[in-house]
Amino acid sequence: MQNNIAITPELVAQHGLKPDEYKRILDLIGREPTLTELGIFSAMWNEHCSYKSSRLHLKELPTKAPWVIQGPGENAGVIDIGDGLACVFKMESHNHPSYIEPYQGAATGVGGILRDVFTMGARPIATLNALRFGSPDHPKTRHLVSGVVAGIGGYGNSFGVPTVGGQMGFHTRYDGNILVNAMAVGIAKADEIFYAKATGVGNPIVYLGSKTGRDGIHGATMASAAFDDAAEEKRPTVQVGDPFAEKLLLEACRELMQTGAVIAIQDMGAAGLTSSAVEMGAKGDLGIELDLDKVPCRETGMTAYEMMLSESQERMLMVLQPGKEKEAEAIFIKWGLDFAIIGKTTDTLRFVIKQHGEVMADLPIKELGDQAPLYDRPFVETPKRPAIDPKSVTPLMGNANAIVKLMGSPDFASKRWVWEQYDHLILGNTVQSPGGDAAVVRLGDGPRGLALTSDVTPRYCEADPFEGGKQAVAEAYRNIIAVGGTPRAITDNLNFGNPERPDYMGQLVYCIRGLGDACKALDFPVVSGNVSLYNETNGRGILPTPTVGGVGVVDDVSKTATLAFKAAGEFILLIGETKGWLGSSAWLATIAGREEGAPPPVDLEAEKKHGAFISSLIQDGHATSCHDLSDGGLAIALAEMALAGNMGAKIDKLPEGLPNHAALFGEDQARYLVTVKDQAMAAIILRRASSAGVPALMLGKTGGQELTLPGESPISLERLKKAHEDWLPSYVAGEI
Amino acid sequence: MKSAVITFPGSNREGDVIRALHQASGAEPLKIWHQDHELPQGTDLVVLPGGFSYGDYLRCGAIASRSPVMDAVRSHAAKGGLVLGICNGFQILVESGLLPGVLMRNAGLKFICKMQHLKVCRANTPFTSAYKKNQIIKVAIAHGEGNYIADDETIAMLEDGNRIAFRYCDAEGDTEKGNPNGSINSVAGIYSKKLNVLGMMPHPENLIETLVGGTDGRGLFASITAHKGAA
Repeated sequence: MQNNIAITPELVAQHGLKPDEYKRILDLIGREPTLTELGIFSAMWNEHCSYKSSRLHLKELPTKAPWVIQGPGENAGVIDIGDGLACVFKMESHNHPSYIEPYQGAATGVGGILRDVFTMGARPIATLNALRFGSPDHPKTRHLVSGVVAGIGGYGNSFGVPTVGGQMGFHTRYDGNILVNAMAVGIAKADEIFYAKATGVGNPIVYLGSKTGRDGIHGATMASAAFDDAAEEKRPTVQVGDPFAEKLLLEACRELMQTGAVIAIQDMGAAGLTSSAVEMGAKGDLGIELDLDKVPCRETGMTAYEMMLSESQERMLMVLQPGKEKEAEAIFIKWGLDFAIIGKTTDTLRFVIKQHGEVMADLPIKELGDQAPLYDRPFVETPKRPAIDPKSVTPLMGNANAIVKLMGSPDFASKRWVWEQYDHLILGNTVQSPGGDAAVVRLGDGPRGLALTSDVTPRYCEADPFEGGKQAVAEAYRNIIAVGGTPRAITDNLNFGNPERPDYMGQLVYCIRGLGDACKALDFPVVSGNVSLYNETNGRGILPTPTVGGVGVVDDVSKTATLAFKAAGEFILLIGETKGWLGSSAWLATIAGREEGAPPPVDLEAEKKHGAFISSLIQDGHATSCHDLSDGGLAIALAEMALAGNMGAKIDKLPEGLPNHAALFGEDQARYLVTVKDQAMAAIILRRASSAGVPALMLGKTGGQELTLPGESPISLERLKKAHEDWLPSYVAGEI
Repeated sequence: MKSAVITFPGSNREGDVIRALHQASGAEPLKIWHQDHELPQGTDLVVLPGGFSYGDYLRCGAIASRSPVMDAVRSHAAKGGLVLGICNGFQILVESGLLPGVLMRNAGLKFICKMQHLKVCRANTPFTSAYKKNQIIKVAIAHGEGNYIADDETIAMLEDGNRIAFRYCDAEGDTEKGNPNGSINSVAGIYSKKLNVLGMMPHPENLIETLVGGTDGRGLFASITAHKGAA
């Protein structure tokens, strides 16, 4: 296509730009844009890159703390973790591509987030993910599960970073829009962080990594639109990942960074060359001039438009110290990667693109970012649901059978089939593997480590976005506490429906408010994040899913706790108050088939107080095991601890004044289970709890090969294990 | 002991094996780039580490086996020098003809990463003297293509020559039940005829610390160090 064709309303619409947005472009540049310019605007102003619907509300999130080195706005967030080290991390979605082409969509999601982290000078040490699929009965779900898991493994395993944790859930509301959220965590020296901000006029702009092809053109625009039944036709916009090239890129970038030659660095992610170049220039108050004839291309005859919008993977852009070009080139040649000087910084504040000696685009660089549309979209609050009186619900089956059924249900069933396809042991620092509350990864030879988790309960967010947002943060907080970590900061990955609908926009707004309140109360700031909107197919949105990736510091990895029961005859204590909250609970949804009622309220002061109490138990070495209580309540927590330790328990007492089903399956927040060695220690802990004002109750003792609950028939671990382990492998094999 | 760890493009467990060798011997192994043509003077042990050399884009290990450094590794082995190939390193060893057989896609067609029990088939080699014969150890596996296959003659030669280094097994030592990838006779690792070249799919280098899974992998590095003498 010619660069100077007439821009028709149809063409504008095909670029995902609204008529008023196009008018904004005309006003800004005072003339009709060229085709390349239109493409650049569409790339910069789509929802994915500009956050035009969410920006206004994201400002409410707390982003500061004494340990925050870099909050949102860079490739990833950075926090100080002591010993001169910084933790660099971020979570990002690759939802739309993963639905269309699950293997490559998920793989490039992992690749993109790894680049975000190593772009900042960090070496990736762990990845996590959060996956949401449609109903297991949906005809595409099985294929999507297999493809996404293989893609995540295929990329991470080859790149050489352990995948240490994650979550996976199923719900019919994700039938046409699965969620693939990937989180990467890296470590750098606190004083050697690299940023995107370009400095100096006339400095060389260098292109590094893989060649540019026609893959992924308009990927970010696709990710900013709702799907219909023809979604598969968008397959050509999904990029193809090459973890081998990424591994080389990592090593080459690290080698280059050590030479002191790098002024600024930005990976080419969404909207590729366009967004990376604009970001570097705009942040440094500099213009950028690129000569596309110099860009290494995989295919011949690529137009400026295609090159500027390509989302080919494993590419980087850098501003180098002048005079260091040769040294830099030698490093990239050694690693077999492309290296090309493709432009320079200027003092014009213009973004100028040349090809074959002609100017293909000439735009004001700051305005491309700063003047992106900002919408205060109308929103309505989700109507409050009534609380459910536990006594008003009659169980449909016995509680023992309900535990077995829940443990074998899609959301609770063991995800071993998934994480055994991920190399979670490489680098030799995985102290706590997938399957626990949070993963624990040692740093170097220790003793310091990190506790990492990803959490959200979409059912709660749907019922009450504000409380659901709070709960996602609180659960990440508890998971870090439960392994012995100190919660430090989060990255958030906000997955929502169409923001142009006031009800879905309301979900986004109130979830953000909930996240913000919890982050403030728990001193757990947001340092990076990503927003994925328009997760909607044929007019129906996903459950609101603000995934929280939490990072905590573990001072000594030898002083952590795991959820497994350790020995027979230990005493089991429940910490926190149980009111038997059944609204929006897993039990109500799975056993009674009712997704109803207000979700459990989150008392942030109680979270803080109970968290501090648990921390002290673990620090003092009193807790022989520890597990946070989340969905499924006390019953599921006990079952998980028993299975992890292959050790049963006899429970003599449950929280008082409640029917058994409410005591067992209620999802009251701010609760943990711990075990202690003997009765004397249990008594000490109960006294300590009482003087700290923390509710605590002795439930019973560990031992045997059954889980026995008061007034219920004993459940053999064998039966529990079979239900728990069998579901997922049988499901993917097509046996159920 | 002087050890050299080769880095191919796409190697990713070189740091893990360096750590294990350092722990066992007290000496820092040298990192050798795949395009080097020679090994450092006095090299006792060459390690081909795990990873995805060249992305495993042709056959696993096929491209790496043609790297310049492999000629030096071959002549090191021919002179009786010790060579250890782990995971992708094992695949490179079979591709370069230093060990017989091939490593096919896992029988379950999926990448598997988990803790795995192994039976130490013989203890009188430079790599296993710290273990007892038939000892059951727990190490990690992490591979998609570790299904060891060879023709009947080759298998007979390996079995009759007592050249099986490790077999997969379950916690009780049952090699049939514990086979994770379909390997013939549950073979997890094999020796060259002179016992100086060992190729194995599992990762002993990831089992060297109590806190991180256990220490059953230490014996392999302790054996090599004892054989060659500590630094």
